[in-house]
Amino acid sequence: MSGGGMAMTASRGAWGRGVAVLGVLAVLALAALLPFALQDVFHQRIAALVLLAAISASAWNLIGGYAGQVSIGHAVFFGVGAYSALLGYTLFEWPPIAGAPFGILISLVFATIIGLPTFRLRGHYFSMATIAAAELVRILVVNWPLVGGAVGLMGPAVPRSTLDLSFTSPRPYYWTFLGTLTALLLVTHWMSRSRMGFYLRAIKGQERAARSLGVPVQRYKYYALLLSAGFTSLAGSLYALMVGFVDPDSGFGILISVRMVIITALGGVGTLFGPLAGAVILVPLEEWTNATFGGAGTGITYVVYGFVIMLISRFAPGGLAELWRRLQAAGRRHAA
Amino acid sequence: MILAQLVLNGLLVGAVYALFSSGLTLIWGMMNVVNFAHGDFVMLAMYVAFFAATLLGWGPAAFVPVAAMALFLLGVLVYLMLVRHVMRGPMLAQILSTFGLALVLRYAALWAFSANFVSLPEDLTGQVVTLGGLRFEPSRVLAGIAALLVTLGLHLLLTRTALGSRLLAVAEDRTAAMLVGIRPDPMQALAWGIGAACTGIAGGLIALFFYVAPSVGESLVLIAFVVVCLGGFGSVPGALVAGLAIGVIESLSAFWVGAAFKDVVVYALFLGALWFRPQGLLGKA
Repeated sequence: MSGGGMAMTASRGAWGRGVAVLGVLAVLALAALLPFALQDVFHQRIAALVLLAAISASAWNLIGGYAGQVSIGHAVFFGVGAYSALLGYTLFEWPPIAGAPFGILISLVFATIIGLPTFRLRGHYFSMATIAAAELVRILVVNWPLVGGAVGLMGPAVPRSTLDLSFTSPRPYYWTFLGTLTALLLVTHWMSRSRMGFYLRAIKGQERAARSLGVPVQRYKYYALLLSAGFTSLAGSLYALMVGFVDPDSGFGILISVRMVIITALGGVGTLFGPLAGAVILVPLEEWTNATFGGAGTGITYVVYGFVIMLISRFAPGGLAELWRRLQAAGRRHAA
Repeated sequence: MILAQLVLNGLLVGAVYALFSSGLTLIWGMMNVVNFAHGDFVMLAMYVAFFAATLLGWGPAAFVPVAAMALFLLGVLVYLMLVRHVMRGPMLAQILSTFGLALVLRYAALWAFSANFVSLPEDLTGQVVTLGGLRFEPSRVLAGIAALLVTLGLHLLLTRTALGSRLLAVAEDRTAAMLVGIRPDPMQALAWGIGAACTGIAGGLIALFFYVAPSVGESLVLIAFVVVCLGGFGSVPGALVAGLAIGVIESLSAFWVGAAFKDVVVYALFLGALWFRPQGLLGKA
């Protein structure tokens, strides 16, 4: 699949690469201007939420997609990020963004601890262990009064200074998320082309074979998990920044983990733009079901999610990216 | 005395855990597929029991077999329509398929039955008996003993009958089983049916003394994972021992550490066990 793409890049050479970079810059500029095209706040907010979901899904994609280790416990890192941002405010009256680096640090420590038992496992076992680890943390948070217990934490109700980064318009959030997502996708792109990317693909394909060929499997799985955990934590902090509130379910709930997996799987696991494509489809769908069905909307949303991932796994395990390649192949056959 | 009571209650609940975990371990051992919807199967069976008892006035002797049959059909259906098509596919597809099923079942139940906790009428199985200082709640005793018997029955079915041999042959080596004339597909469908029927019986029994809610499957599926991992993948006797042990550990930790933390103890134990013995406590190295 990727063979064809690589051959084409090679034949195009430096000139082709220049065109590609220009294309990406043009798309980025258009994306940055999008909030001006969207007049009402409702649509601007959805656009910001799409980018936020794309950030956490892209972060998951590093370990779940590229390294093939299907974590269903990434809410741990998301929750740590969200809680760190608001806990700094609750305890010390810090601006929420000041908590973000601490969230990342704590997430890296958590990732190291969680990796110890879970990286000895493969496939399903890894997934189950990550669920158990995340649920364990969630129950501890629910029962820990310092971090707000079952009620959760609130951010500053009224911005005290610009440092609080609390805006009434969704636009500043949109641009912050766009910048973060761009940085994350650049890191992902760079990673996938580097030695690490090849190692991860080897691990994903056949871990034992990779090991026997001398790939330091554990170390590179750790690198992928740490990178993924750090960015997921940042996504959690950004979420807390925008929403100004987090409770155990919206931070550490299993559905937070599931959402990252579903969005990535829909767009295409292990592809650069898959998570973004998945978010562009699923987040507006989610907003629509919530708006249409009201309070029962959350239930309907997850029934839809469930059907979506059953259909993907049954008919197109590679997600939309795979469908796209199939369409292209069919088009070429038709042309020939 | 309170310790003995806690151990007794733990064993009785543990027998039910062992029963639905046996269903999971059977499916797992046969085709190396994990049913992430296993806990939600139990949840559905609990609702079958609830509606049969409240709307139709049935007793457990009637609704447990009905729940078993309903879940058997569901299991076969899930195998034929979903699992059969993804089990040879990539790992992600295997995980997502039953996970998606779990979401659909859980949130469809939430939508249809609301998030409220409900329970069966308490007088369904008679009065509490006190014997030698121990309280025997008839609902728990009935559930525990019935679950124990069904689990043993499943073990005998697998080890002592021709059908069981065919099932285990497919589990052992699919190709070799085909060579001696066993078609794996019906066997695997049957394994899903039996595995799901175990959740049907277990759900009908656990509903006798446990609250019924759409979210109940979420913690039950984790308990089943813990039991199967501790007992060794694919082993019914292992699941029985581990199920009883988890029941007792849960009961004791609810008393000593607090009810809110009993799951934390179980999950921590699970992660610890995976760390030190990834092949399961009773599994082969």
